[in-house]
Amino acid sequence: MAVEIVERCHGTEGLLLVGIQRRGVELAERIGKLIEGAEGVAVPLGKLDITLYRDDLQAIGPRPVVGETSLPASLDDRTVVIVDDVLHTGRTVRAALDEFADFGRPRRILLCVLIDRGGRELPIQADVAGQTVRVGPGERVDVFVTELDGRDAVELARDS
Amino acid sequence: MTPILIRGGRVIDPSRGTDGPADVLLEDGRISAVGRGVVADEGATIIEAAGKVVAPGLIDLHVHLREPGQEDLETVSTGAMAAAAGGFTAVCAMPNTDPVTDNQAAVGFIVSQAQRAGKARVYPIGAVTLGQRGEQLAEFGELVGAGAVAVSDDGKPVATSHMMRTALEYARTFGIPVADHCEDMSLAQGGAMHEGLVSTRLGLKGIPAAAEEIMVARDIILAELTGGHVHLCHMSTRGSVELIRRGKERGIRVTAEATPHHFSLTHERCEHYDTNAKMNPPLREAADVEAIRRGLKDGTIDVVASDHAPHHYDAKEREFDLAPNGIIGLETALGVAIRDLVETGVLSLPELVERMSTRAARIFNLPGGTLAVGAPADVVVFDPTERWVVRPDAFYSKSRNTPYGGATLVGRAHQTIVRGRVVFDLSTV
Amino acid sequence: MTADATAVPALGKDLIGLETLSAAQIRVILDTAEPFKEVSERAIKKVPALRGKTIVNLFFEASTRTRISFEFAEKRLSADTVNVATQGSSVSKGETLVDTARNLEAMRIDMVVIRHGASGAAKFLGDRIESNVINAGDGKHEHPTQALLDILTLRDRFGELAGLKVAICGDILHSRVARSNIWCLTKLGVEVGVCGPPSLLPREVEALGVTVLPRIEDAIAWADALNVLRLQLERMQAGFIPSLREYNRVFGVTRERLERAPKDLVILHPGPMNRGVEIDSDVADGPFSVILPQVTNGVAVRMAVLYLLAGGTGAVAAAARGETS
Repeated sequence: MAVEIVERCHGTEGLLLVGIQRRGVELAERIGKLIEGAEGVAVPLGKLDITLYRDDLQAIGPRPVVGETSLPASLDDRTVVIVDDVLHTGRTVRAALDEFADFGRPRRILLCVLIDRGGRELPIQADVAGQTVRVGPGERVDVFVTELDGRDAVELARDS
Repeated sequence: MTPILIRGGRVIDPSRGTDGPADVLLEDGRISAVGRGVVADEGATIIEAAGKVVAPGLIDLHVHLREPGQEDLETVSTGAMAAAAGGFTAVCAMPNTDPVTDNQAAVGFIVSQAQRAGKARVYPIGAVTLGQRGEQLAEFGELVGAGAVAVSDDGKPVATSHMMRTALEYARTFGIPVADHCEDMSLAQGGAMHEGLVSTRLGLKGIPAAAEEIMVARDIILAELTGGHVHLCHMSTRGSVELIRRGKERGIRVTAEATPHHFSLTHERCEHYDTNAKMNPPLREAADVEAIRRGLKDGTIDVVASDHAPHHYDAKEREFDLAPNGIIGLETALGVAIRDLVETGVLSLPELVERMSTRAARIFNLPGGTLAVGAPADVVVFDPTERWVVRPDAFYSKSRNTPYGGATLVGRAHQTIVRGRVVFDLSTV
Repeated sequence: MTADATAVPALGKDLIGLETLSAAQIRVILDTAEPFKEVSERAIKKVPALRGKTIVNLFFEASTRTRISFEFAEKRLSADTVNVATQGSSVSKGETLVDTARNLEAMRIDMVVIRHGASGAAKFLGDRIESNVINAGDGKHEHPTQALLDILTLRDRFGELAGLKVAICGDILHSRVARSNIWCLTKLGVEVGVCGPPSLLPREVEALGVTVLPRIEDAIAWADALNVLRLQLERMQAGFIPSLREYNRVFGVTRERLERAPKDLVILHPGPMNRGVEIDSDVADGPFSVILPQVTNGVAVRMAVLYLLAGGTGAVAAAARGETS
């Protein structure tokens, strides 16, 4: 995935990896290290929490925890790669795009996900996907990362 | 007038120290016989009083009837009816009406309104000073001549020591007490509740116990100086009780009253800013409630008096600081007293009747308070064990400002008889 | 994004005071304020979280800083705000608080931020209207958002709150800021002292779990931080203290007194300051003053409170506590 990102972006210039809270952040960090190892360039990392931009904020409750957002002051002229663990309906990415609009105007935005499980509800596509998975009704995909969950795993589970 | 025979009840007459099963016969507005197996003529009304207490009608020395001036809150008539429903055959009406009851015409007005209502007796209390402004004595002679039984500037204290002294001296001429609302205004100013931990937590300005005790001490000293009779209204603190106790020990002519809320509720009742717990003097601490109860027990506090103070719903539906002081109490007094004084073992039933009837008549020199033959037929028949839930919407009073809504009280008046006529009968409600 | 099940213990419908909140709920508000600090640093200081919500700032007492702080918080959450000040309004013509409330509710507003001169006014309003009610200061009772921003500022500065010693100095008797601070500091394990002339200390204040420090020198020797309250001119006029000058000489937080302290004290003040009365300028503007960070945190804390309450009801709070209806 790291290699593919660099290819798609024609190098690392102006590149910014933004991980979506949670788990997207850890994946972005790992990708960043891999790119640094291969290209010898440290790629800047950002974190994005999209809770406040969710389109279902009024309907859900109790209020979900809002995580940390840290981005450089301006996104103008950057090539931003959104990194997330699972791409499903596409609404998280839509929220992220809205939030970016409040930070500036990137030259280009790409989406990189570990798992694309289909089931899109919005016209959003992953530019780089680690794996595409067929998921049946009543099932979901859970991603675990060592930094948060003590292990690296992707599991197909039944909805409780 | 139709004779009334009250049959089979427990007759408690503190004036003669009697307490036992007996029948009571009322004829021509007077008590004509008390004893076992009394027989009435044909056509007499029979009241079956088995399981109930028959006692001299209750007397409340301190009520506010709001007429003239605030007839939307209460009138002499509705107040007299509320009194009867509460078992009272007589009440004394405070003069802080609008205009103030400070002249003979005003006193006469209340007397005639009471007669027209034909329920509980209403004895007017005249003002100490004109307009209750604390500047010039009212004409006590005229007031008494028109029917006043005492003088008071209640609502406010008698303004200065000098004024209180002259009032006590002048009142001696007519043999009436000066009833004082004991409150040092400079300490109490702006206060909304008792000064203590609860007022600290609620962020409300408090009225310290000292505000009452300073004036209690002043009045007792002046009563000693003048030989006059001072009656201390609505006592609320343990310090006040102690001062009165020592004053009485020294033979000073001081009498005192306490309200049912001051021996049943504490300042915690103000939590949540409940304006039905706001009155003056305020609800105090548990130790004060205990002292009031013990004061009633040993006679330091002479009588229970309700300080019935009607207020409009809108007036009380306000920020706590802005709500007016006062709660009604005529229709709950007996129920609270039996629940919190008799059931708790503080007073026996005869002692309670003495504090709510016999002694009240004695200290204010009123007829009643006795079931002796020849005495006026002012009688109450009450059930001392009946548990009932207070529903303010069912009150005879025009107002509803009570903290006892929904509470279960013990003891309820069933028939109230004034001048030999039944003015309240629970069974016909 | 994997759905994260971490939910937040709800606050219920209203924020009336800190006396009735648990330590956990207070921590939630502080933690929620963190991401909102970041929003205020962005070029575009706006998130759509409360988009479409109407909020009325109902200020019966004049206040510039608190009202503006709330207004920024509301606008940065994309809410629509209306300010009602009572001069010249129907309230000054005698409309009661109840009617004001019901009229606002009839216009379908979502939240009311109320500041009022009577203790209990916020609860009075909250009990009578469906909208969320936030207490911006009711009489002498509580000013919860002020205390929350105070404690957030302390947390920023010290990290760990438990065992910290904070002395609140000044007119405690008349201070809603003091009361709210006492509640939230003690709940989070901070040792609280109060310092002021005895005529300005409330009855039985020790029963709230605070230590009374008789002189300002005692407070300075004891505390890690001082929260210096504004002394109002009216107190002198009402006879609680002889004069503002004497107050400054005996109780003022001055540089000389602080220099004799065993450590560097952090200085807080809710504002507005009476320079030269309760606090000297060189202290207020000095290196240990966190008065300006307090103001910055104020917007973040208020955003957090609005965010957490919006859409909250009593039922939601009960469900969060695990109670059933």
